[in-house]
Amino acid sequence: MTRLAALALAILSLILVLPAAAQDRSGPLRIEITEGVIEPLPFALPEFVAENGGASGFARDITRVIAADLSGTGLFREIPPGAFISRVTSFDSPVQYADWKAINAQALITGSVETRSDGRLVIKFRLFDVFSEAPLGEGLQFVAGQDSWRRIAHKVADAVYSRITGEGGYFDSRVVFVSETGPKNARAKRLAVMDYDGANVEFLTDSSAIVLAPRFSPTGDRVLYTSYETGFPRIYLLDVASVARRALEDQVGTMTFSPRFSPDGRTVVYSLSQNGNTDIYRMDVGGGSVRRLTETPSIETAPSFSPDGSQIVFESDRSGTQQLYIMSANGGEARRISFGPGRYGTPVWSPRGDLIAFTKQNQGRFHIGVMRTDGSEERLLTASFLDEGPTWSPNGRVIMFTRETQGETGAPALYTVDISGRNLRRVPTQTAASDPSWSPLLP
Amino acid sequence: MSHLTKAVLLVAALGLAACSSPGRIPDDGPTGPGVNGIDSSGLGSVSDPRSIAYFNQLVGDRVLFAVDESTISPEARATLVQQASWLLENTEYSAIIEGHADEQGTREYNLALGARRASAVQQFLIAQGVAASRLRTVTFGKERPLEICSNETCYAQNRRAVTVLRVDTGV
Repeated sequence: MTRLAALALAILSLILVLPAAAQDRSGPLRIEITEGVIEPLPFALPEFVAENGGASGFARDITRVIAADLSGTGLFREIPPGAFISRVTSFDSPVQYADWKAINAQALITGSVETRSDGRLVIKFRLFDVFSEAPLGEGLQFVAGQDSWRRIAHKVADAVYSRITGEGGYFDSRVVFVSETGPKNARAKRLAVMDYDGANVEFLTDSSAIVLAPRFSPTGDRVLYTSYETGFPRIYLLDVASVARRALEDQVGTMTFSPRFSPDGRTVVYSLSQNGNTDIYRMDVGGGSVRRLTETPSIETAPSFSPDGSQIVFESDRSGTQQLYIMSANGGEARRISFGPGRYGTPVWSPRGDLIAFTKQNQGRFHIGVMRTDGSEERLLTASFLDEGPTWSPNGRVIMFTRETQGETGAPALYTVDISGRNLRRVPTQTAASDPSWSPLLP
Repeated sequence: MSHLTKAVLLVAALGLAACSSPGRIPDDGPTGPGVNGIDSSGLGSVSDPRSIAYFNQLVGDRVLFAVDESTISPEARATLVQQASWLLENTEYSAIIEGHADEQGTREYNLALGARRASAVQQFLIAQGVAASRLRTVTFGKERPLEICSNETCYAQNRRAVTVLRVDTGV
């Protein structure tokens, strides 16, 4: 069977397993992320029940991915299965709440996996609020091709996360990034895409030319990036499915880089260097209609749209050092929003619209930080020799970025941190990696 | 879950279908311009004053910059005067001026800074009489450091503009 045919069969259907949860519980299971979670919520996740022999490997692997997703947020803590009193041997057997209360499991996740004769997987799950002795939300069933098992695990974890936090999830998402190999002075770079947790890496380009800073389209199906294919930096548009690519229109003697999509996916905003001066332009992705948005002798780069598409945040050294500014999406007057010590670059508007993530350089250290769109409430989340290039999780709660180590063997890696500055984690990648861009939540 | 949602999920699964598999893009490693900064083929002999090797080593193919600066220093000026007179005598060559930055800075800013440095050298050479049509600029930002340590000794060598010659094919 071809890959296309296999995945065409991967029909992700969701049907109800249970009626709506009872609504008469007194203290609902809930994590308020905005309050800053100190003590992660303990959950019990017995290995999903394998409904037939062929399902046991999937049951084990899916359970581990769900546990890793939830624990990886820092908001949840898995209770070791060795502590369990109850055994879950059937998906439909009644929950022994007392047994789960006894080990202080606040949430209980149960599930089952079956391999069907047509090769597809049937995955069911339920979430229980142990102390309210009630299901939390409806049971769900997914049917998918076997090669989509990780996506289903992420979807289950997204449902659990979303029901308990009240926020959208972010596990069923992808990250496009630059895979790096070779010595520091002759680095080979390739575009690659992977699941948010580092699994399922696929390369999108070879390393024949330097590639930089890929950016997902709002629907995750296309990528804008900068390549030195011609010997000069130039923006390309790549279709993730076919890996077909084309250069965006430009004129001889100019260099273009730092592209980003508008929220509707129809416009690209980018930097263009001509005669040593770098300004911000926008262009229809389909071609034609180029509009210059800044016109100063200073450096203007790293533009990023607000989620409603009406404004652009960017960096400029017009004041003498790199600082952050916001202007209309049509250009014109810009207002400075960064005023702290040091310099600020690579601003990225959060998908929720409330915050701007940035790179800050101060006293020889680099930081990833966030501030409100008026520049207030600046908060530095990280510090190292070189942190840069933040990208937002689909729900605006987590930031992924590049951290590069120093010295002759220095190399970049991808890290995540949540917007409270907690839960700094390295994203596992087989090669050195830089310039992540997080996709939206997959449909 | 509504039928509409099911339909959306189906479309998503199909979209996922055409993703490239890991082995699909063969990789033969870096090639082409900019890979090592300088094309080392056909440099000629350093004893031949009309050779690229002579230009690179005896005229001096590079100038250095202060942190965040694109100003031509007195030392750089002396080198560029020599470059200009060499280029005026050896008209069969054109040049691409590469602007580079050290690693202390964000990727985008360093690209813009490298463009400024390359342009500063280009403008100087033009002012010295070299035809603008023989000079093109490119920025590598912090992508191609010459020295790989992480201290000022290396950074100073990496904040550079390099005049890369080639036999003129019209730029």
